[in-house]
Amino acid sequence: MPVSDDFQKAQRFREAALPYLDDVYTLARYLLRDASDAEDAVQECYLRALKHFDSYRGPAMKPWLFAILRNVCNAEYARRAHSHAAIEDTPGAADQTPIWQEGDASPETEVLRSRDAGAIRKMIDALAEPFKETFVLREINNLSYREIAEAVGAPVGTVMSRLARARAMLRAAWMAEEEHSK
Amino acid sequence: MTCDEAKILLHALLDNELDAGHAREVEAHIATCPTCKAEFAAQQEMKRVLADASLRYSAPATLRARIEASMPQARPQPSRRSVLRGFAMGSAVSALAASGVVAVVLRQDDQQRILSEVVSAHLRSLQAGHLIDVVSTDQHTVKPWFNGKLDVAPPVIDLTAQGFTLVGGRLDYIDARAIGAVVYKRRQHIINLFVSQTASTEHRPPKTQTMQGFNCRRWGERGLNFWAVSDIGNDELAEFVDKFEVAMKANVEG
Repeated sequence: MPVSDDFQKAQRFREAALPYLDDVYTLARYLLRDASDAEDAVQECYLRALKHFDSYRGPAMKPWLFAILRNVCNAEYARRAHSHAAIEDTPGAADQTPIWQEGDASPETEVLRSRDAGAIRKMIDALAEPFKETFVLREINNLSYREIAEAVGAPVGTVMSRLARARAMLRAAWMAEEEHSK
Repeated sequence: MTCDEAKILLHALLDNELDAGHAREVEAHIATCPTCKAEFAAQQEMKRVLADASLRYSAPATLRARIEASMPQARPQPSRRSVLRGFAMGSAVSALAASGVVAVVLRQDDQQRILSEVVSAHLRSLQAGHLIDVVSTDQHTVKPWFNGKLDVAPPVIDLTAQGFTLVGGRLDYIDARAIGAVVYKRRQHIINLFVSQTASTEHRPPKTQTMQGFNCRRWGERGLNFWAVSDIGNDELAEFVDKFEVAMKANVEG
């Protein structure tokens, strides 16, 4: 009977996918920077995931859901495109971002002040894509490099260099803010 | 190894992503290069500060409920409601005349449906790995766990001394809404206590119904609806509810 098949599939999907709701929602919040857009995107992500659940054979559930969420968010970016910048994944754009900002600041003497979560979230929000998503997937969603590569559809080497840049940018922003607040 | 390479690989070292051979190479470079050494120390420190900050978000309970509601449900929604609604819409006069009856029938129908959902939720919770989201026998651990997950704060009361051991809490879904479930054990029997918000603040005395061999005792108190579900006997379940109510009253007044 199709109704009970559908229900059983939904039940299996629930058990496999719903435990990651907070993870998916966290990524959506960072990618979209808006609570209600994030909710819509996550709901759409779960709808799509359920639809394609029959053909799901791995990778691990978490990166799979993240990959779907990214697609949903990219569509949202495209919709916003007239007012916001879309995810820029061209090496050119990335190269223009100032990254290694060690300059004359000697990092070993600069101790970062602990900031409240809100201030840190804001700094992460301000990171450019695709560095932000790589950073969030690694540092907040705790994915391995390989899982990140699966979620974003890029080679592990690319993940590694994006992560290095993301962290350098974040640290620079952090130091700049501390400088500013002195 | 050049500094350019090291500046990327030191992150992989930081994240434990390098095999032993590469890790040694990066470590060797860092040991001899002050710039990379400083960068490594700085990144290590940032990672530590970040790990201490709570940067994750929790999905709102409403989002969970929305997703649940969009999935195929166990049983097709009872058609009786829509039939009755259609009937009531049919003629303004007969609707007026019938409205009292319709309201009563609908409420009972709703209650029956919710009872069956409560029993299903209880059954679901008994499957391996579904019982508890937060495992603790400490009410001061279980209660705060619900914060931010629900629009109510379910009373979590330790009844161990009264013979009902608190074992944890869980989020569940009844009537397409997120609802708190506090889990107790009596010998080897599980008792799920479901708690949801209600508009009515009046006290509704406990009433036991039986469905699929489970006893469900339902009551209302201080704007909350309670359903205690278990396979323990009627009298034991009533005892549980009595003790819970007494303890809750003591908590509120004390």
